[in-house]
Amino acid sequence: MDRIHPQGGAAGSPAASAASRNEILRNVRAATVKPVALPNVAAGFGVHYPDLKARFAQSVQEAGGRCEFGEVEAVLQRIPEYLGALKVFSMVPGVSKANVTGVVDPHQYASLDFCVLQGELGVAENAAVWVRDFPNRAAGYLAQHIAIVVSGNALVHNLHEAYARLTIGPGFGQFIAGPSKTADIEQSLVIGAHGARSCTVIVT
Amino acid sequence: MSELSELTHPQRAQLFVSNEARLKWHDTAVWFVRKKRDVASAVVPEWEELRGLAAQIKAHTLSRLADYLEEFERNAVKVGAQVHWARDADEHNRIVHGLLEKRGVKRLVKSKSMLTEECHLNPYLEARGIEVVDTDLGERIVQFRKEGPSHIVMPAIHLKKEEIGELFHDKLGTPVGLSDPKALTEAARHHLREKFLAADAGLTGVNFAIAETGGFVVCTNEGNADLGTSLPPIHIACMGIEKVIPRARDLGVFLRLLARSATGQAITTYSSHFHGPRAGAELHIVIVDHGRSAILGREEFRNSLRCIRCAACINTCPVYRRSGGHSYGVTVPGPIGSVLAPHVHPEKHASLPFASSLCGSCTDVCPVKIDLHHQLLAWRQELVKRGLVPLGKRISARAGAWVMNRPLLYRFFGKVARLLLPFLPKALLGAWGRQRDLPPAPASSFREQYRKRRHG
Repeated sequence: MDRIHPQGGAAGSPAASAASRNEILRNVRAATVKPVALPNVAAGFGVHYPDLKARFAQSVQEAGGRCEFGEVEAVLQRIPEYLGALKVFSMVPGVSKANVTGVVDPHQYASLDFCVLQGELGVAENAAVWVRDFPNRAAGYLAQHIAIVVSGNALVHNLHEAYARLTIGPGFGQFIAGPSKTADIEQSLVIGAHGARSCTVIVT
Repeated sequence: MSELSELTHPQRAQLFVSNEARLKWHDTAVWFVRKKRDVASAVVPEWEELRGLAAQIKAHTLSRLADYLEEFERNAVKVGAQVHWARDADEHNRIVHGLLEKRGVKRLVKSKSMLTEECHLNPYLEARGIEVVDTDLGERIVQFRKEGPSHIVMPAIHLKKEEIGELFHDKLGTPVGLSDPKALTEAARHHLREKFLAADAGLTGVNFAIAETGGFVVCTNEGNADLGTSLPPIHIACMGIEKVIPRARDLGVFLRLLARSATGQAITTYSSHFHGPRAGAELHIVIVDHGRSAILGREEFRNSLRCIRCAACINTCPVYRRSGGHSYGVTVPGPIGSVLAPHVHPEKHASLPFASSLCGSCTDVCPVKIDLHHQLLAWRQELVKRGLVPLGKRISARAGAWVMNRPLLYRFFGKVARLLLPFLPKALLGAWGRQRDLPPAPASSFREQYRKRRHG
């Protein structure tokens, strides 16, 4: 049983929440803080690289991934994890081995071997590739291995440039930089924590 | 920030420092992370400008925090989230439990959230029959051990792989003697996959909440926040009121600083931007005060609310590295924890602002320019005023001040000390002397040397 809130209504009830909301905002407003201007990042701010593609490829490697240049199917044919995969889902049309379709419950992806994601933009300074939501996005995390496709024309130098180009919200989107990893046991880097065990970024 | 133990920092550190080999190992392991941070920040030519921008964006947000919280709420609701407000830890726990209970949730998967640690959410839910599984590997390890995290980014940094091997043998049935981190991580992967697939709800923290869009960002390397929110039909995100930032483009500044400061990576593997629920799912955001608005009202401590929980100050702190995270007795240890904890329970945490050499390294590495060592000093002064500092410390500080105000006496004592130093037994220094030798006494004082150089 929930305890009754002092202002009336159980915790989480609309009445209690409104009372807490108002009290928190009142307390925050009671703290007089002298105004500070909101700074803007100047256009062109941030590190730039002479060779965008080379720097992006290096960052992908540093993030534990592989970076390959070429046509999607041609590159996929060079990835051992793709060649050995039985169940493949692809966001990108035309992938020859894509054989998982019509999934309605994300749990159905539990045995997915390979997932090809469509990237919208890649960031050279940190290997991050922006991937937007798609139905049952769990595919990208449950798959043992992933590839992310991004156009060579969609590479930017740094995150400031990335945010200037992207539309953030509504809807889900994320940066993915390399495969899933952890160093929680004695600082030893282990690739393949919960998500993808390998990540190949295909720059077309 | 509320705690069970009333021991002081030195008392809690005693066990840790009694094992010298282990202390050295811990010191080295944590310093390794600090060095990675140095390398990662040095390759960014505009690092100092970034720190300045981050500090100012946060300072600005704090100066209009209520407006930004309202804007965030408005936009979060617009994109389909439900927003709840909690004044303290207790209300936070009741809200989360209420949401789960109403929907018949039996199994909850959590990704790392220091706020829910601070609120002691896990025991609250477990006592009410809900299985709570921490899914960050380090968090799962300490949860198995029934202890709190000893570090906010690497919760199990205090443990050796052999100890984790034994634990996993016991809990997950891994072979006896298995201690290879890769094999142990693999075992945890299988164990936690089952938990993700069986979960009824997922809970995450919030790294940044965006007022302009009503969305929020969660950063992980393992992908646990993403699995935990893309499978079950309910996502609960818990955030302190200080997590809001004005605009999406401000993330360019913060995400460039966060992982580099934390682990020396250019960015975490996953930086997930949530705006509203998945199709057919629910998203609840719980906004928590729990003492933060009180800190906002205190000018000398206000900028501690800029903290983005990167742990750079913790990794660089010589006291943290040599006393271990559990010696602080709070969820957030190290310099930032030592300035935050006394706000809620000054009497319980009075020893924490003294767990520092005031070397200032924390202030130097902080990506949002929190003047940590100044705040530690300010707390010491305040705790003395409130009578929360032990008598011995007060008397010796007062005696020191009395002598330093009398130059002749000071010089006389200096001379006596130089004469006696070589003959003093180490035991006189107590615990401090155990790992240290007394320095050789200089033949003359600085003052004498200065005078000699000037005139001679």
